[in-house]
Amino acid sequence: MGEHIIKLPDVGEGVAEAELVEWMAAIGANVREDEVLAAVMTDKATVEIPSPVEGKVIWQAAKVGDILAVGSPLIRLEVDGPGNVKSGEVVEETATTEATSSSPVHGGGGAEGDGGGVAIKANGQKPPQSATPTAPPPVGEQKTVPTPSPSGAPRAEGDKPLASPAVRKRAADAGIDLRRVHGAGPAGRISNADLDAYFESGGETQARGGGYVRKTGVTDVPMLGLRRKIAEKMATAKSRIAHITYVEEIDMTALEELRGQLNATRKEGRAKLTVLPFLMRAIAKAVAEQPQINAIYDDEAGIVHQHGGVHIGVAAQTPGGLMVPVAHHVEARDLWDCAAEVTRLSEAARSGKATREELSGSTITITSLGAMGGIVTTPVINHPEVAIVGVNKMQVLAKWDGQEFSPRKVMNLSSSFDHRVIDGWDAAVFVQRLKELLENPAMIFID
Amino acid sequence: MPIIDCKLLVIGAGPGGYVAAIRAGQLGLDTVIVEAAAHGGTCLNVGCIPSKAIIHVADEFEKATHFAAGSPIGVKVAKPEIDLKKSVVWKDGIVKRLTGGVSGLLKKNKVRTISGWATFIDGRTVEVRTEDGVQTIRAENIIIATGSAPVELPFLPFGGNIISSTEALDLEAPPKALAIVGAGYIGLELGIAFAKLGSKVTVVEALDRILPLYDKALTRPVAKKMKALGINVMLGVKAKGAGKTGLQIETADGKAETIKADKILVTVGRSPLTEGWGRDNLVLDMDGRFLKIDEQCRTSMSGIYAIGDVTGEPMLAHRAMAQGEMVAEIIAGENRVWDKVAIAAVCFTDPEIVSAGLLPDEASEAGYEIITQSFPFAANGRAMTMESEDGFVRIVARADNHLVLGIQAVGGGVSELAATFGLALEMGAALEDIAGTIHAHPTQGEAFQEAALRTLGRALHI
Repeated sequence: MGEHIIKLPDVGEGVAEAELVEWMAAIGANVREDEVLAAVMTDKATVEIPSPVEGKVIWQAAKVGDILAVGSPLIRLEVDGPGNVKSGEVVEETATTEATSSSPVHGGGGAEGDGGGVAIKANGQKPPQSATPTAPPPVGEQKTVPTPSPSGAPRAEGDKPLASPAVRKRAADAGIDLRRVHGAGPAGRISNADLDAYFESGGETQARGGGYVRKTGVTDVPMLGLRRKIAEKMATAKSRIAHITYVEEIDMTALEELRGQLNATRKEGRAKLTVLPFLMRAIAKAVAEQPQINAIYDDEAGIVHQHGGVHIGVAAQTPGGLMVPVAHHVEARDLWDCAAEVTRLSEAARSGKATREELSGSTITITSLGAMGGIVTTPVINHPEVAIVGVNKMQVLAKWDGQEFSPRKVMNLSSSFDHRVIDGWDAAVFVQRLKELLENPAMIFID
Repeated sequence: MPIIDCKLLVIGAGPGGYVAAIRAGQLGLDTVIVEAAAHGGTCLNVGCIPSKAIIHVADEFEKATHFAAGSPIGVKVAKPEIDLKKSVVWKDGIVKRLTGGVSGLLKKNKVRTISGWATFIDGRTVEVRTEDGVQTIRAENIIIATGSAPVELPFLPFGGNIISSTEALDLEAPPKALAIVGAGYIGLELGIAFAKLGSKVTVVEALDRILPLYDKALTRPVAKKMKALGINVMLGVKAKGAGKTGLQIETADGKAETIKADKILVTVGRSPLTEGWGRDNLVLDMDGRFLKIDEQCRTSMSGIYAIGDVTGEPMLAHRAMAQGEMVAEIIAGENRVWDKVAIAAVCFTDPEIVSAGLLPDEASEAGYEIITQSFPFAANGRAMTMESEDGFVRIVARADNHLVLGIQAVGGGVSELAATFGLALEMGAALEDIAGTIHAHPTQGEAFQEAALRTLGRALHI
């Protein structure tokens, strides 16, 4: 019997660390070769770590939400045969075990041996002093493990609930009828701990006298995985980029007519066209004339990388949160190809199967909430890009054509630009060009 | 005068009203309080506080009288004299300090005070007759805290030598002979005080017992002391009227007699003040002679609350204060309901009586199977050192789970034990909780712990 250490592999170009988002194999579980052990998330994608060998899980490096450095041990398996543990790494094992028990250890510091130790950054980034393992928990957190309410009523019929004035007030403030709460104290007295147990069991609350009730509870939701990435990206974008948002109204009547005809006569197997492929093509055409819009601004190096390829990120709402899969080389795709690619990518993103490549490399982004699009939005640029085009909802409005009112299908585009590198004039020229193309859709297809 | 609009109007600045106003002010409610007399109501002006002042004077005087005759503890003094006029001035000083304090607290909490008599026009509008004219006040919420007044007997109308407790606290000298109609706590507190001050006191009571709120065990030490003070207690006797020389009565066997007295004090209870403030202009349900309220002190009209003596028994200041606090919080949007376990009642006779929760008989009548024991002060070291060995502490508890249902005591200075009795009941103490709490030695409070131990069958000092 030996031990096999699996280290966090290089999960993507330039990625130095990844967040553990899921353990698929618990300690003690027997795993087969190629069975997925864990999932980690990088800036862009979730990567599953398969087991290279067959064995039994005996140690895990971190808990969900911790960030691990690439190359640090992730999991240890007990295997038949000698395994891959060299004598020098035994020291490291001890060190890493300690590291997990007193969680905050600074990355790169710490353990001896050849591996450099496990770099775990605890989510909360506690100060090192708090690592003292003997510190007792605060009194308030001590649980006396109140007996859960036995089946049936908590007390005999007609008996008043017994509780101190402080407990009664707390129950009243939370809208709890104490008659429903089991009391574990002498004579059935209800303590704060009993009330905690009632809260935890999801006990009913109700207003006395039919009024509204104050709720004092706070639910702590840890910012993990995708949510944390979104938060970080948004904060970066908003703090570094000087946004300018430009809103223009687009008459979509002609385009909608064309789209209807194309959809009605489309070949079998082709994805149905939405407005998006038209917009993608229009953007590809417009940025060909204004290469500074289709760019990545490296503000640290002071360089704007103007890209020849038009790689359009399409913001998609997934169960886990906002993701931006990327349709690469839109300049080389026709309308139907764009439609098929968007459909494929958004499905991949929603099901969590999008690859790292499919989630990175965009040079400009479209954000659209469809019918939920509102009339105006202020989109946040997908850093380090310099432009984002926001699609608002389409509606039929009466428009004056000089002689009479006629019903027109109208939609706004709300587009944000990085004002550090895009002047307002250039932004306006770009959006007006999009307007021209979308209002006269034939122009999209004629060079 | 311009109409005042406010969130809360409180009518009556007694203990219930002023506490409601202060709490409302703390909670940021725009509050107005109306009072025709001095702030503090019956309690501060003509009730609890001044009567305790006079009782203190009487106790000190009696002590000196006792010492003048020589005492076992070795203190001897010359024959004391009483200058009751001076006592009343001193008492008035205390009252003034306290009522002034209430006015200050109202001001501090930004409560507008209006001096005058309030009359309801409708369920949202009140007119106040002030010195400067009629002030109209419109309020979203109104608390009726009008209190109560001494009951007057038609055949013994107040005036001249027929007095109520209010006048009894302002006498220039102790009456030579004082006849008291009614052996409730007010009559006995004052009767004992005047007996100590040298009056010849006779108490007549229509019922066959004194202090009907308490059981015989609790009242026995009081009866004993009254006898020692020379107070003549006549039970089963009906007062008939006032004659030239004193109080005319009809004895239990139907004989007409006259009790010689220069003052007749009528203390046959207090009646809620439900008239004189425009109740006719409202539609308020009644509960007997009281305003009917629910568990949130709401009357039958929305936005109108009632607290204190006008809402029923027990007519006690601390009940009114708790109600006032609760109603202010309800009006401020908090989820409150009357959920108090006990309102301790204290009787400042000699010795004092305190009762919190259920008496043994009341607990049995309520259907509980009870265990109850008392611990006598005769076995309490501290009581002996204070020559105060009469009396006991008694605990009533459920037999099945030892939950304490009631606590009573009679003895010198036991009024201060009301705090710990109330706390024990409100916290839902079981006998073991009291028995397991270290009670400082030497104090009278040890008798409380011993009573719990004794009820559990394991008293240590008896």
